[in-house]
Amino acid sequence: MSNVLRPAEAMTVPVVPARRGPNVLSAIVSMALSKPLGAFGAVVILLVLFVALAAPLLAPYDPLAMNFDAPFAPPSGRFVLGADEFGRDVLSRIIWGSRISVYVGVVSVVLGQAIGGTLGLVSGFLGGKVDVLIQRIVDMLMSFPMLVLALSIVAALGPSPINVVLAISIVQVPRSSRIIRSAALLVKEMQYVEAGRAIGATGARILWRHVLPNCLAPFIVIASTTMGLAILTEASLSFLGVGTPPPNPSWGAMLSGTGRSYVEIAPWLAIFPGLALTLTVFGFNLLGDALRDVLDPRLRK
Amino acid sequence: MFLPVLFGVSVLIFVLMRVIPGDVARLLLSGGGEGGVASEQAVAKVRQELGLDKPLHVQYVNWIVSIARLEGGHSYFSGRPVFQEIAQRLPLTVELAAFTIVVAVLIAVPLGALAAVRQDTWLDYVLRVVSIGGLAMPTFWTATLIILGLAVIFGALPPLGVTSNLFDDPLRTLQQLVWPALALGYYDAAMISRMTRSQMLEVLRQDYVRTAWAKGLRERMVILRHALRNAVLPVITIIGLQFAYLLGGTVIMEKIFFLPGMGSALVDSIIRRDYPVIENIVVLFAFMVLAVNLVIDVLYAWLDPRIRYA
Repeated sequence: MSNVLRPAEAMTVPVVPARRGPNVLSAIVSMALSKPLGAFGAVVILLVLFVALAAPLLAPYDPLAMNFDAPFAPPSGRFVLGADEFGRDVLSRIIWGSRISVYVGVVSVVLGQAIGGTLGLVSGFLGGKVDVLIQRIVDMLMSFPMLVLALSIVAALGPSPINVVLAISIVQVPRSSRIIRSAALLVKEMQYVEAGRAIGATGARILWRHVLPNCLAPFIVIASTTMGLAILTEASLSFLGVGTPPPNPSWGAMLSGTGRSYVEIAPWLAIFPGLALTLTVFGFNLLGDALRDVLDPRLRK
Repeated sequence: MFLPVLFGVSVLIFVLMRVIPGDVARLLLSGGGEGGVASEQAVAKVRQELGLDKPLHVQYVNWIVSIARLEGGHSYFSGRPVFQEIAQRLPLTVELAAFTIVVAVLIAVPLGALAAVRQDTWLDYVLRVVSIGGLAMPTFWTATLIILGLAVIFGALPPLGVTSNLFDDPLRTLQQLVWPALALGYYDAAMISRMTRSQMLEVLRQDYVRTAWAKGLRERMVILRHALRNAVLPVITIIGLQFAYLLGGTVIMEKIFFLPGMGSALVDSIIRRDYPVIENIVVLFAFMVLAVNLVIDVLYAWLDPRIRYA
């Protein structure tokens, strides 16, 4: 079989590498032009990623360094975005805080989508009793408010950065497994799956080689929108005092303690971390919407 | 569907509250922060008092029995039956959630419909930007900005918190709930107005709307009676789907606005490690979500004859 395909491959090989560079570039440009909001979202995300990676280089001060001569210093040349009650530089804390958001977002989405996606694929592909069992568990998880479930998991495991990530991962599982399941149900009925079965491929092979790649589009869309949600959940947990522990500069924690208590005398403490958080979530929402339109119009409502 | 899921939820939370690393009895004894090592005897005694020496399934049955007796176990912190504590706090949370939904629907449905009717005008763009913003803004930031705005307008922070009861003094209670409801409702309103807009756009292109125009009905009639009535049905589903998110949001609002509801009780209990209170509140939250979705299914069938007769 593969011998028959050889000539065709040989013919395309010299052509593709020559064009690959400009093609990818022009694909990006044309996508950015057709989806300006999505492109804006992508730019925001890249900016946040850059800030998180380059935090030590960008931050003008140590985010934990206190300046007792300047508590509640308003925005000025010395502290661009002002200082908090210990005279810590707000800008530096926001820059370092992006690391926590990005870390929790990326790790929890990778973990949560891996679990949720696998459950959804298996559930949709196998059907029958396995499907019923998995879906009832998903029903149970879905009946909790997301934040309340995350709170109870952190309560059970104890508040530590790893447990916060774990809680936010588990919270994503029900939604993503539902959506991937419905995609798997569609793919399962496709002719190429039937063909695979006809030539005697095992269930595992069909799942891995045929069903999984064809469920990737909804998967990427879900992962992108969930990223914003995960970052928001981490901020909410930190805001409530059970997320990232105090001295660390998490955006949610910055908004909770002094940001709220001293809102009249030092509004910059409440405004800037919230702005950073909103902009980041906004970026992921916009990118998720654009990806959904491009990759998987079926999900569009 | 309703009862089995609720049963599963209670088992799940029960098990979750017992996988806690470390011994609850020991934790309670050293809870004062002195860090002294409690004697084995004392630990055993506390364990026995709390019923933690019994096998898991016996503990579970005891819990369910005490729920049936409307006690739900006793708080480690206050020693009172958990249901007594919850009964004091439940009304406020329900009032806040209900008020938020009402505020969100009242704002979002007319604006969503208006945006659809005036599609692609400046009004539509402004409303769309405002609603996209609502989806990205964390509720606790919205709330902080509202407090900041109030502080700027009044020159000082207005008194927050709720001091009156809805039935004794409805106007005052609603007045105190309006800011948390607005902060929390912004997200829901954004969601609902987007949904209303897209549904309206679809409905406005239907044949029966064209017929209504063609027979010379007034704009008001066509839009309100023919289009909007058909467009809002799916919006009800969104309210049901969003309800879980809304309840999660009440937890944050109660903390910010110093409201003594169930959410603030949940957060306090988590910080105090008062597990009986945590498990009962979490199960109650899940129960509320399931109940609301059940009601919405019924309501939907009642409102939409196509489903009722199918």
